[in-house]
Amino acid sequence: MELTGAEIFVECLKAEGVDTIFGYPGGAVLHIYDALYKEAEHVNHILVRHEQAAVHAAEGYAKATNRPGVVLVTSGPGATNAVTGIADAYMDSVPLVVFTGQVPRHLIGNDAFQEVDIVGITRPCVKHNFLVTDVKDLASTVKKAFYIASTGRPGPVLVDIPKDITAARCEFDYPKEISIRSYNPTVKGNKRQIRRAIDLMLESKRPILYTGGGVVLSGGAAELTQLARELKFPVTNTLMGLGAYPATDPLFVGMLGMHGTYEANHAMHQSDLVIAIGARFDDRVTGNIEKFCPHAKIIHVDIDPASISKNVKVDIPIVGDVKHVLVDLLEELQSRKDWQTADTSAWWSQINEWRKADCLKYEQDDESIRSQFVVEKLWEVTDGDAYVTSDVGQHQMWAAQFYKFDKPNRWINSGGLGTMGFGLPAAMGVQIAYPDATVACITGDGSIQMNIQELSTCMQYQLPIKIITLNNGYLGMVRQWQEFFYQKRYSMSYMDALPDFVKLAEAYGHVGMRIERPADVEGALKEAMAMKNRLVFMDFITKRESNVYPMVPANAGHNEMILV
Amino acid sequence: MSDETRHVISILMENEAGALSRVSGLFSARGYNIESLTVAPTEDATLSRLTLVTLCSEEIVEQIMKQLHKLVDVVKLMDLNDYPHIEREMMLVKVDVQKHGSCDQVKRLTDIFRARIIDVSDKTYTIEVTGNRTKLDAFLQALSEARIMEVVRSGSMGIARGSSALTV
Repeated sequence: MELTGAEIFVECLKAEGVDTIFGYPGGAVLHIYDALYKEAEHVNHILVRHEQAAVHAAEGYAKATNRPGVVLVTSGPGATNAVTGIADAYMDSVPLVVFTGQVPRHLIGNDAFQEVDIVGITRPCVKHNFLVTDVKDLASTVKKAFYIASTGRPGPVLVDIPKDITAARCEFDYPKEISIRSYNPTVKGNKRQIRRAIDLMLESKRPILYTGGGVVLSGGAAELTQLARELKFPVTNTLMGLGAYPATDPLFVGMLGMHGTYEANHAMHQSDLVIAIGARFDDRVTGNIEKFCPHAKIIHVDIDPASISKNVKVDIPIVGDVKHVLVDLLEELQSRKDWQTADTSAWWSQINEWRKADCLKYEQDDESIRSQFVVEKLWEVTDGDAYVTSDVGQHQMWAAQFYKFDKPNRWINSGGLGTMGFGLPAAMGVQIAYPDATVACITGDGSIQMNIQELSTCMQYQLPIKIITLNNGYLGMVRQWQEFFYQKRYSMSYMDALPDFVKLAEAYGHVGMRIERPADVEGALKEAMAMKNRLVFMDFITKRESNVYPMVPANAGHNEMILV
Repeated sequence: MSDETRHVISILMENEAGALSRVSGLFSARGYNIESLTVAPTEDATLSRLTLVTLCSEEIVEQIMKQLHKLVDVVKLMDLNDYPHIEREMMLVKVDVQKHGSCDQVKRLTDIFRARIIDVSDKTYTIEVTGNRTKLDAFLQALSEARIMEVVRSGSMGIARGSSALTV
């Protein structure tokens, strides 16, 4: 049967099993929105208030479920507004398929109304993108887009669809299988390298597992946990990897990197074997690359060959899907009769010495609320089982340090791009994926204002997100750097004229709470969590000039941390 | 900075709109150098063959190869430096021959370099030269007495010797 391009588009979504899309209509996608109107029972469209939020919501959905998030926006400004989210997804390897409307083919290149070369604009920040030039190619292009986005190292794929194509007709035939001759990601790791890796692991006296977002993305957290427990090796996670290994487990030494723990960073520095799994040696993790892990051999497991030996020369590269490689590593280990590791008792004593520094300690007085305290209480009140999204800044680091994630896909933040305004829309995506889950957005007074319009979306879809604003009246991380490195010249880091967030939340139809005293923190959190069906905006007035510690200053080595 | 070497990279990629800009965009986005770049469809019209010459260290060329391979439109690629290979470039040069005696002089040089005069007017000769880069440079140097009006160079193309081949 012949269908219009718009109908084909919707049929493709159904064939891919897409239940939810995030978007915003406009001229170039009107045919598509008309087709969606007729299929509303199959495809749930969430109307955001700004296209950037549509992409972040899709990211939240994808990060919580490991399924691709889907976005639909119009041409021109609709498409350019989506770019920040697309770049964010690219940096954090989030599987997304973003559909943009385009002006009709005969107007392309004509500076037409709401025309922009979005394929050109997004080329450096997508895994791949397409401009559909024939309605006959639409279905196969959509199939390719989902395939590319969700296989290999995941990432955003953009499909630009001219308006006239959505009106043109052709037979609909959705390909069951697709193969792309130029795209064949390696899934299985090399057997010989896996054997060599196990050899090194069993010889190492000072090993450490350094694991990242790749473990979460590949669904390999259980295998990682098993491997670490069999070997009894210490585990440190990157910001993106939190939850890939249970944070409450004794083998866990905390996050590493700029605001990582004293024990994790020192263990990296003194290690003789770093086993990097699904992590990419990002500059916020390594600190000064010249001083990085000077005593260690490095094993690196990653699905992306380009991540291997990019920043740090690797001794044993293993290209493959993290979960598959972990399974093979476990198999190789178990195939060796009576295997045992070298004696790591001295190593563990040393790690326990470092732990005594108690690098995350802080003091909560009776006067002003410490952000760390709020996050700790949130962890307690939610039994450590909430989905937590965050924005970017001090609150993000405190959330990462003090909410002990025991499960993967629970910690949802913007790591690579560091996008303020990510938290609230990402929380919407998570809440839509898991309507009954507790979803908390830990944010700051600066970040929350970058996509605050989404409070309206939350009202429309009755999303009972709990917004935890750690309000210190500053762009806290900017202020911290200005305090440390610019002699306290607080240039533009002060948020003068903050709105009354309680009234603002109420104006959008939600519940607002302001909490000013430490003694009220726990009670307020419990009260908010008890309101199962309401969005609660909690404005915590926190200590104004508080800093995130410990810290590896820029260009320093892991062993040169500032404790307080 | 470690030592930089000239690398000739051959790329087989989908002959699709935007594919070339993915390659050139990758180089500018990651700050890699491009000395020359030449591209045209192959005997299989769905594929383009691209030769890219870059000056970089061994670590960087490893990254370049990996990053190029990551592009969905790139089907296969090889660093010709890893193989015995032949490199050729074509150049078209237009020379002013109005000065007395320069016709003969240019004709003589053209013969010496096994080049060809492909267009003649009462004021100009246009010469086609093929060879590796250094030969073309040498030809231009030799012509320095004459007045060069225009130079067009294709950029290098490369192919491996013997049975090594970049095919699908």
